[in-house]
Parts: sequence; C-alpha cells; structure tokens
Amino acid sequence: MEDFEVIRIDLEKCSGCGICVSACPFGSIEMVENHPLIKEDCRLCGSCVSACPLGLISLVESSKKGDVEQYKGVAVFAEQRGGVIHPVAYELLGKGKELSKQLNEPLYAVLLGCGIKEAAGELAIRGADKVYVYDDPMLREIREDPYADVLSKFVKEEKPSIFLIGATAIGRSLGPKLAAKLRTGLTADCTGLEIDPETKLLKQTRPAFGGNVMATIICPDSRPQMATVRYKVMKEAEKNSDSKGEIIEKKMDYKGISDRVKILDFQPAKETVSIVDADIVISGGKGLGEAKGFRLLEELANIMDGAVGASRPTVDEGWIDYTHQVGLSGKTVRPKLYIACGISGAVQHLAGMKTSDYIIAINKDKEAPIFKVATLGIVGDCYEVLPILQKKIMEYKKNGKLR
Amino acid sequence: MSEGLNIIVCIKQVPATTEVEIDPETGTLKREGIESVINPFDEYAIEESIRLKEKYGGIVKVVTMGPPMAEQALRDAIAMGCDQAILITDRVFAGADTWATSLTLARCIDKLKPYDIVLCGLKTTDGDTGQTGPELAEHLGIPHICYVNRILGIDNGVMRVTRALDDGVETLESNLPLLLTVTKEINHPRLATLKGRLLAKRAEIKKFTLKEIGGDPKEYGLSGSFTRVIKVFTPSPPVSGEVMEVDPEIAAQKIFEKLVEIKVI
Repeated sequence: MEDFEVIRIDLEKCSGCGICVSACPFGSIEMVENHPLIKEDCRLCGSCVSACPLGLISLVESSKKGDVEQYKGVAVFAEQRGGVIHPVAYELLGKGKELSKQLNEPLYAVLLGCGIKEAAGELAIRGADKVYVYDDPMLREIREDPYADVLSKFVKEEKPSIFLIGATAIGRSLGPKLAAKLRTGLTADCTGLEIDPETKLLKQTRPAFGGNVMATIICPDSRPQMATVRYKVMKEAEKNSDSKGEIIEKKMDYKGISDRVKILDFQPAKETVSIVDADIVISGGKGLGEAKGFRLLEELANIMDGAVGASRPTVDEGWIDYTHQVGLSGKTVRPKLYIACGISGAVQHLAGMKTSDYIIAINKDKEAPIFKVATLGIVGDCYEVLPILQKKIMEYKKNGKLR
Repeated sequence: MSEGLNIIVCIKQVPATTEVEIDPETGTLKREGIESVINPFDEYAIEESIRLKEKYGGIVKVVTMGPPMAEQALRDAIAMGCDQAILITDRVFAGADTWATSLTLARCIDKLKPYDIVLCGLKTTDGDTGQTGPELAEHLGIPHICYVNRILGIDNGVMRVTRALDDGVETLESNLPLLLTVTKEINHPRLATLKGRLLAKRAEIKKFTLKEIGGDPKEYGLSGSFTRVIKVFTPSPPVSGEVMEVDPEIAAQKIFEKLVEIKVI
C-alpha cells in the first residue's frame, strides 16, 4: 500500500540530509538509499514537517469532516452515586465555565440518575447555564449501556461542541463507549484544557509514557470534542446562589436504549483515610528508611486533621498500603498543603501532587527534584525536624492559637 | 459454547520502558536501545484467556495491530499458551488514534466469528488511555466491562465477574459475547515454558492487511482518526520556592510559620 500515504515527502527534491531522521521524536524515520522512509510506528506528530530545511514534508489531511459549525456550547457530564454528585463534576464546571466564556457559548451540565432533582439544583448553583436531567429508575446505577445511549441522544439533540467527562473509573469506561457511538475523538485523562484563540479548537493536554512526556491533542473535524479529565487537577466552580441556571427535565425515551449488563452487588470500599479529599496530605518516601517512619507521619497527620500519603517505592516495599499511594500509578491529590517527607520526587510522583496549593519538602539530599516543586524546602532529616514541628503545633493549638 | 469457548485476546507491543526522556537540545525523544515487549497489562489478559480455556475448553486467538516487528509479541503470547495469532499490519493503519485502532481491530475480529469473549489489558504503558477496549466493544456491538479483577464463572452463556471501581467493588453479569478489560489483580501471568517457546518459534502468524480487513483505506490509520497530536513535550518543572539548609529547630519553626501563614492549623 505504498500509494497510501499519511506523510508526503517530495523525494525528487530531497537532498538526503537526514535532519528529519534526527527530528523524529519516535525514531520512526530511517534513511533508505539516501531517502527518508516513514515507518509504520509514525505517530504523525509533524516534527519532521517543521524540521525539513527544504520544506518538502507535509501531513496528508484527515478525511474526516463533520458538520462542526452546528455544534455550540460546553457540556459536562455530572457523575453521581445515590444522588450525590461526584466533586469532579464541579471541577469540570469550573474549567467548563472558563472555556465557555472564551468561546462565548453556554455551559451545560447533564445529569442522569433516579431521584436526583436536588442534585440538579446544585449544578445550577455552580454555574451551569442549563442543567439537563434524565431521571429514571433505569438510570439509578451507572451502567455503561443505558448511560452511553442516553448521553448519545443528548448530544445529538443539544449538539454541544465540547463534552467533558471526569476521568473516574466510570468515566474512563463510559467515555470511550460514548465516543465510539458518536463517531468522534476522545482524549484520555487530560490535565490541561484550553481554547486555541485562533482556531477556537479545544487543546487537550495529557501525560503519556507514564507522565514522562506530555502531549497536546486536538479533535479538529468531528464533534463534540470529547475529553476525560483527571480528578483533582482543575479548580472547582464556586457556589453562587445568584446563578440563574435553568433546569430542564428531559423525557426518557426507551427506544434504542440497550441494557445488557446487570449489577448484582456493590460493596463500597472500606472507609480509609481518603488522601484525595484531605486538605492536608503528609507523605513519606524511601528517605524515611523504614516502615516505622510512617508512624511519625500518622501522628502529625492526626493533630493536623490530615491524611497520610506515600510514594510508590514505599508501597512496593510493603511499608504502607496501596490506598495511600500518590502519583501516576496511585492517586492524584490536590490538597491545600502537601508535606513530602523523604520523597525524592520522581516525575511519576510529582504528577500526582504538584498542583497542591502549598508544598513543603523535607529531604536530606539537597539535589532531590522534589525541591523544584516545593514552596518551602528543608534540607534535613525528617526524624529531627518533624518531632519539633509536632510539639510546636500542639503548643499552638493548646494555647488557643496564640503564638 | 458446547465445544468450549472462542476467546480473543487483544495485545499491543510497547517499548520496554516508560522512562523516555526528551533531549533538551533537539527536543526529540531519546530511545536508543529500548527493546519492545508485550504491554505488561496485556499479559494479565493473556493469562486469563488461557485460564478460561483450561477451565471451559476452547481456543484462544491473540490479535495485535502494529508494524511487522510486532510479530514477536504474538510469538511470546503463543509461548504462554495462546493457540492462534493474527498480526494486523499495513501502512494504511499507521498513525491511528484509539478510535481508528479499535475500528481496525473490530473489523478483524468480525472475521474471526463466532467468538464468546474478547479480553484486553486495562491500558497500555505507552499511550496510557485505556480507551481501545471499550471503543472496540462498541464497534463490535457487544457490551463491555472494564476493570475486571475476578471472573466468577460462566453458566449457560452468562458470565459473572467482579470489577474494581474507585469507591468499591461491583459484581456484574452479562450474556456472552462480552468484552472485558482486566486489572493486574486478576492473576499472576505464567512464564512461557520451553515447550511453549519451541511451539511459538514454529507457529504460523496470520497476517491481515487492508485486503483481508476490507473497507476504505480512509477509514483507517491517520485519516480515519479524529484526534491529532499537535505537540509533544517534557512537563515543565514548576517554579520552586525557598530551599534552606538550617538546623532542625529553625527548620521546624520555618515550617510552623508557613502553616500559620496559610491557615491550615
């Protein structure tokens, strides 16, 4: 299939300089008989296009062209369980408001469930211009089949140009099904969203290769532009009782709604200290030296009403349970304060906590990368610093917050 | 069903490490000497497919889409115990996003009918999206269940599984055919035996190109993709604050003052 090309190179004019070979971030170009050959693993990033000194390389345009002009507005899927909205929905509204303002288009929330009228009001207070509600016993639990079918109908009727879903377990299962149904692109687990001022396209940024690389992705020719968005990265929309959001009850139409997977049982996870919801997270790393170090952190967390986090190596060592793990392979946290104790700060860990409001790092190694993200960095030994700190906090609390 | 299960397992060949770095001078990914392996998450799907075969009888077909070198991943899967392997490979399929990838896989799997179960890993270590599985199910017109951490059993064409969500564990049931994505909790993947390796060496790898898959080339690869990567970069280090090397008493005082300042105590 040599006649089918995705990258076009004008080989007649090619000087065989090889600059494109070294420009390719994926090593997907090789020189064959003094001319570049694009290999199958090409990711179409376009690096070679701009690198060619003679301007001989071009991307062949995508053949997908939809009726993109008809689509307006930013829609947010409001995940709920038992009538309680998942906070990621408020974060999506926060980001969605920003995007909708830039586009000068409305912000929608779409809520599916059973007995969820109250929850709908909550979404209006958080800035949604319109809250679309599908209230039906069939939608009581989140199940991909009926949810994707109902959301697909919603999109076809209301035609939002952007559709955001929280990258929760459910969101990352539901999102792809919906995108495949709607024949549109979906970007997974985004940590950055912005509108390109010129093209008005949604620029979606996400980590790849375990967070070692970031990629910005667009969905130029199909609608809606869909993204799942990582929890605890965007800022929640503030409550505003003056918000005049309209609540629209949508009629449930059972035609074409599939319902193939039954839920037989749900066992809620044991109530552990949720590092995701805590305002203060005190985390430990290998620098603690042993499992016992976490006791020191627990004591401090107790007096500060915080939760204990951990880096992956400590979990791998079995010093602490996986539920405490912060980072790409664990949880993303965005507390008001993050205290990193003996954590060197691998990229994967930083990806899970660097958006915390304040970061205090204590580490013996002054070269530790954690200091690059710290608001306050202490080069020192946790075992020496933390007990003194703990005493100071206790005294402060005892003396009625007088210094 | 009477003659056992027809199981299809989808895998991907990925770089053996995610520790890729971008050369700050050239802005390109450094990837010297990085070997390719089966996506670690897919090994759990392969293992589970073999366990299902061992329990219920049947046949496991392993499918991948990729460049010709991806054949090695298929041979490794046969060495573990898969029975047949199909390599979907054609320049037309290059540059596919998850939508186009899942469409291509679906067109191939349609040709392998009848099947009872399609198994996928949770996600890949390179792309890290976890989208191809559920998108594939939608293209195939079958239901899917993500994050399966235990298969409870199959009875009369109905499968029961548990899956791990953020806030708890669900027990679900569905008629077959069904697509599952499985987590690392589900099993411990076996190592290939010597006999398996010898078998794998000689195994025939079926190749599916556009001709076998069918359809318009525009549906596949880049031109069939809705998303486009416009920029690849190393995450920029956030601005750092004050770093001090002082004795513990002063350090604790500094931290304490900060806590008061930001009103967390």
